[in-house]
Amino acid sequence: MTLFLQLDLAALLAAVMACLACGLLGNLLLLTRQSLLGDAVSHAVLPGLVLGFAVTGTRATLPMVLGAMLAAVAAALLISLVRRLARLEPGAAMGVVFSGFFALGLVLMELTGARAVDLDVDCVLYGQLEALIWPAATGPSSLLDPAALAQLPAETRILAAVLALVLAGLALLWKELRLAAFDPDFAASIGFAPRGLSLVVLVLVSVACVAAFWAVGSILVIAALVAPPAIARLLTDDYRHQFLFSAVAAVVMGGGGYGAAVGVPALLGLGFGLNAAGMMAVVATLLLALAWVAGRRLRRAPPAVAALSAPRIVAAAR
Amino acid sequence: MTPPALELRGLSVAYREAVVLRRASWTAPVHGLAAIVGPNGAGKSTMLKAALGLVPLLAGEARFFGQPLAAVRRRVGYLPQRASVDWDFPATALQVAAMGRYPRAGWFRPLPRAEREHARAALAEVGLADLADRQIGQLSGGQQQRVFLARALALEAELYLMDEPFAGVDAATERAIVEVLRRLARQGRTVVAVHHDLATVAEYFNHVCLLNGEVVAAGPVATTFTPEHLARAYGGRLPLLDRQVLQPRPVLQAAVPA
Repeated sequence: MTLFLQLDLAALLAAVMACLACGLLGNLLLLTRQSLLGDAVSHAVLPGLVLGFAVTGTRATLPMVLGAMLAAVAAALLISLVRRLARLEPGAAMGVVFSGFFALGLVLMELTGARAVDLDVDCVLYGQLEALIWPAATGPSSLLDPAALAQLPAETRILAAVLALVLAGLALLWKELRLAAFDPDFAASIGFAPRGLSLVVLVLVSVACVAAFWAVGSILVIAALVAPPAIARLLTDDYRHQFLFSAVAAVVMGGGGYGAAVGVPALLGLGFGLNAAGMMAVVATLLLALAWVAGRRLRRAPPAVAALSAPRIVAAAR
Repeated sequence: MTPPALELRGLSVAYREAVVLRRASWTAPVHGLAAIVGPNGAGKSTMLKAALGLVPLLAGEARFFGQPLAAVRRRVGYLPQRASVDWDFPATALQVAAMGRYPRAGWFRPLPRAEREHARAALAEVGLADLADRQIGQLSGGQQQRVFLARALALEAELYLMDEPFAGVDAATERAIVEVLRRLARQGRTVVAVHHDLATVAEYFNHVCLLNGEVVAAGPVATTFTPEHLARAYGGRLPLLDRQVLQPRPVLQAAVPA
C-alpha cells in the first residue's frame, strides 16, 4: 500500500486529472468544431518553455509552466484576433498562429542556448508521468496529512488546481457557455457576450493543456482533449450527459491507461515498461470503438416525428 | 410622442472590400408587421445584424425606442436564420426556448424553474408543447423554426427582428407562424421580418422596406409595394412576376385547411 502511494498515486492522480480537465473542456471545443485547438496550443507553448528556461536558467517546473501558460494564452488570443481581423476560418487561423509560435520557439532555443541543455524531446512528446513519485508518503494516513500532501510533485498539485478551476468555470458559466456554443449571434443580441465567453474557453483550454502537457506530453494532451468528448458524443444527444459521459471516459482513459502501462508488462512478464501516455491513448481508442458500437444500438431512429405532430400545428394555428 | 421602435440612420456595412449596405435609413412602423424584401445579396440579413451590432458598421447608427440598443436590450428580440446554427447540437427544444429567458435569469446561475416554465409556455404557443423534451436534431425543419420562434417569444420583447422566419417551412407551419406574428401585432408589438416570398408580402405584412444594397422604397404595403418599386429593387429581374404578386391570392388561402 505504501509502495503504491509512493510510486503510483501521484502519477495516477495526474493522469486522471489531466484527462478530466482536458476532456471536460474538450466538449466545448467539439461542439463548436474547434477540436484541434489543443494541437495548436501544444505547439504554441514552445517559446514560453524556452523563455521560462532562459529567464530562470533552470529546468524547474514552475517557471517553465508559467512561461508555457503565458505563451498558450497569448496564442489563443492571437488566434481569435487573426480570425476576426483576417476573417479566416478557425482551422486556418490556428494553423498560422501555432506554426508561427513553434518556429519562434525554435529560434529562441538557439538564441538563448537552451538547445545545449537539451530540452528532452521524449519528455515533451510523452510527458514524464513515470517520474511523478511521492516519497513523503508513509501510509494511508499521509493522504490526510497536509505536510505530506505538500510534498506531492508540483505537476500533480498544479493539475489539481487547474482541474478545480475548470470545474468552477464550467459550473459558474454552465448555461452561458451552452448558449454561446450553440448560437453566438442570439447570445450577443441578448447581451451575453459570446466573444468574451469563447475567450474564457480559450484561456481555460490553454491553461489545462499546459498543466496536462507537463505531466502527460503533447500527444496525449490532444487525445485527452478530443477522445472523451468524441466518445460521449457517440452515446448521447443530451447536453448534460455529454459532459457526464466524457468525464467517465476521461477517468477510465487516465486510470485505465496508467494501470495498463504498469500492469500489462508485469502480467505478461515483459522485461520492459509501457509508456503510460501511449496506453491512455490506446484505452481511449478502444473506448471510442466500444462507444461507436454501443451508440448504434442506443440511438436507433426515433419514431416518425413529423407524422405525429403535423395535425397539432394546424390546431395551434387556429 | 413615442419614439419609433426601430430607426436606422445611414447604416453602411462592408464585408472585406464589398459594401453590402449603403446608407440605409429606415424607420419601422410603431406597431404591426413590417417586411424587409429584396433580391439575394441585397443586404437584408445584414441590415438586421448591423442594427443589432452583430456586424461592424462602417457608418450610421441604429436607435431602438429612441435609444441605443444597450439601454433597451430587454425590449428587443432577435430571431436568427435557422441555418445559422448547428442543429446537431445536443440540446432539447425546451433548452433552446429557455435561452429566451436568460436575460431575466442573469449571469452565473442556473435558470430558475419559473423561467423554464415560461419557456415551456412559449413552446406551447407555437404548438410544440409535446415536443419540449425532444432533441432539436430530431425535429423537422418547420419545428426547428418554431423552436426559434418560441425562444423569441420567451424574450417577451416589444420589437422583434426576425431573419426569414418562414424559410423552409411547409404551408401549415407558415400559417401557424403568421398567426403568432399577428397575435404579436395585436398586442401592440412590432415585428420586422426578412421575407422572401413576394406572393405573400401583401397578405402577411402591412409595411414593407424594399432593399437592394440600399433602401429603394419603404412605407405601407398599399402604396410602397408597387411594380415600379419592385422593378427598381430587383433590377428588372422580375418582368412577369411583379404584376402577379400584387394581386390578392385567394388560391393560397383556400389551400390551407381552416
